[in-house]
Amino acid sequence: MMLEVKDLNVYYGAIHALKGVTFHVDKGEIVTLIGANGAGKSTTLNTISGLLRARQGSILFQGEDITRTMPQDIVRKGIVQVPEGRKIFATLSVLENLEMGAYLNKDKAQIQRDLEMVLDRFPRLRERRNQYGGTLSGGEQQMLAIARALMSRPTLLLLDEPSMGLSPILVEQIFEIIQDINQQGTSILLVEQNAQMALSIADRGYVLETGRVVLEGPAQELLHNPMVIEAYLGGHG
Amino acid sequence: MNRSEPIRKAPSFLESLVQRRTLGYLLLGLVLLVAIWRLGNALLENPSLFLQQVTNGLQIGFVYALIALGYTMVYGIVRLINFAHGDVFMVGAFTSFYAISRIQLHLWTRALFPDLNPFIADVIGTISVVLLSMAVCALLAVTIERVAYKPLRNAPRISALITAIGVSFFLEYFGALNFVYTANYITYRRPFDVITWVIGDQGVQVLQKGQEVPAGAIIFSNISFIIIVVSIILLVLLQYFVKNTRTGKAMRATAYDRQTARLMGVDVDATISTTFAIGAALAGAAGVLYAIAYPQVVFWMGIIPGLKAFVAAVLGGIGSIPGAVVGALILGQAETLSAAYISTPMRDAIAFSILIIVLLVRPTGIFGEAQREKA
Repeated sequence: MMLEVKDLNVYYGAIHALKGVTFHVDKGEIVTLIGANGAGKSTTLNTISGLLRARQGSILFQGEDITRTMPQDIVRKGIVQVPEGRKIFATLSVLENLEMGAYLNKDKAQIQRDLEMVLDRFPRLRERRNQYGGTLSGGEQQMLAIARALMSRPTLLLLDEPSMGLSPILVEQIFEIIQDINQQGTSILLVEQNAQMALSIADRGYVLETGRVVLEGPAQELLHNPMVIEAYLGGHG
Repeated sequence: MNRSEPIRKAPSFLESLVQRRTLGYLLLGLVLLVAIWRLGNALLENPSLFLQQVTNGLQIGFVYALIALGYTMVYGIVRLINFAHGDVFMVGAFTSFYAISRIQLHLWTRALFPDLNPFIADVIGTISVVLLSMAVCALLAVTIERVAYKPLRNAPRISALITAIGVSFFLEYFGALNFVYTANYITYRRPFDVITWVIGDQGVQVLQKGQEVPAGAIIFSNISFIIIVVSIILLVLLQYFVKNTRTGKAMRATAYDRQTARLMGVDVDATISTTFAIGAALAGAAGVLYAIAYPQVVFWMGIIPGLKAFVAAVLGGIGSIPGAVVGALILGQAETLSAAYISTPMRDAIAFSILIIVLLVRPTGIFGEAQREKA
């Protein structure tokens, strides 16, 4: 098993944000967490990344307990997050943003190869490589955020709302890229509000509601689950 | 729909004066006019004296720049005005004082290689003293950051600010103790002999002891030369470091967005420590240069230069590295030129008035950007 999250409890001060979340990601899978605003999706990802500390429960990555591991060591182990809202370094150039993705890699030749690889995959970024990150459009920023994460050679990629604020065509493109990355061997944990899109590319899904997993199953089943249709797919199933 | 449109009142005269920055522009224009007129006259009347003043201004400006960088870099990364920074500068000056007067560090090359060219020996000796001060200051600042500021990183900003003032007082009055630096002025011994050149009608000449400076000549000493050269070297090194190295990029990324830098695998604590260390090392170098130029050290000597460097950083736009340098050079000129041509006792008042006027026009400073959103 690639990632195993067991009975995760996270608090923001007195607020109990995650109330015993349990799920797992197998090698090579795309797993999605869907749910409304405030359900605890981003909290889950940030706890896996080590930005937040769990008060209870455990996170295992490839069998190793990483519940108390520092964020930089988690990245070093191969769990890389594309944060919500993209979080491009606006004051750094596109190239520097990508170099930040390879921050922990000290092999310069390998960084150069990875750079060529992501610039081939995202030709728009090559055109704009010397521009400041803040001058890119929303779609370009999302591509940069994904490209930056790929620069750290992830084995498990955490994606937080990659469709946020993008036009339907761009969303389609981004999701194709995600599938593509997955087919090249990276496992993916995808957090989305756009349940339709997320479930259509995922192998399995979990529905989060106020800090709890209320439903789980193969993505195709969830797509046809009346409760999911009612709450997350607009009720027109 | 029965909602009345909000009535927008025409701004009153007073409001428009402040809000549209009319007042600021008016004052700035006025000051520029007076300055151009006054300085133009001065230049025409006595060009060599004017150049002399500009050189002096450049010298103090570069010292301010080195200190201002520490304020601006630390502010950029942790949003803290590190009021103890001026006292780190003071510790730099005192470190070099002890290095020179007690252990004679500047003479180590002469002791080891007596045949060495005395000029080269002096250069290496002085560099050794500067490097030692930089190292001591860097270590001190990292310690201060770990002990005093890091525990408050998630506390309200005002707590850290007050702590910084506390650290500043601690460094000053600890230094004033009799078994530390004492509360007296102490004469500083320079690590090299002063050489003064006279640049005048007869070309460049070395000024002999007791010789009078001929009228219409500019004097230039190796002190100004060293201050300007050392500062420029340090500024270029800093620019290279911040722009091109892995740690420099991590610093900029952390300054922009700490959480996301963490997601890239940046050790944010280490990066913040590095920033404090670099800023303090520059202040330490400034402390040595300042003591060489004004050869006297005392425990509170960091307050005024520290305050002025802070003003320079704000003037340039706090958080901006080029801003700190530009702000410091402007402040250096404003100070020396107003001392020379307007009024010596008023020089600080004039320099600070310039700050106020510039901030009326550009509240974020010359190179400052509008507050960006922090998520």
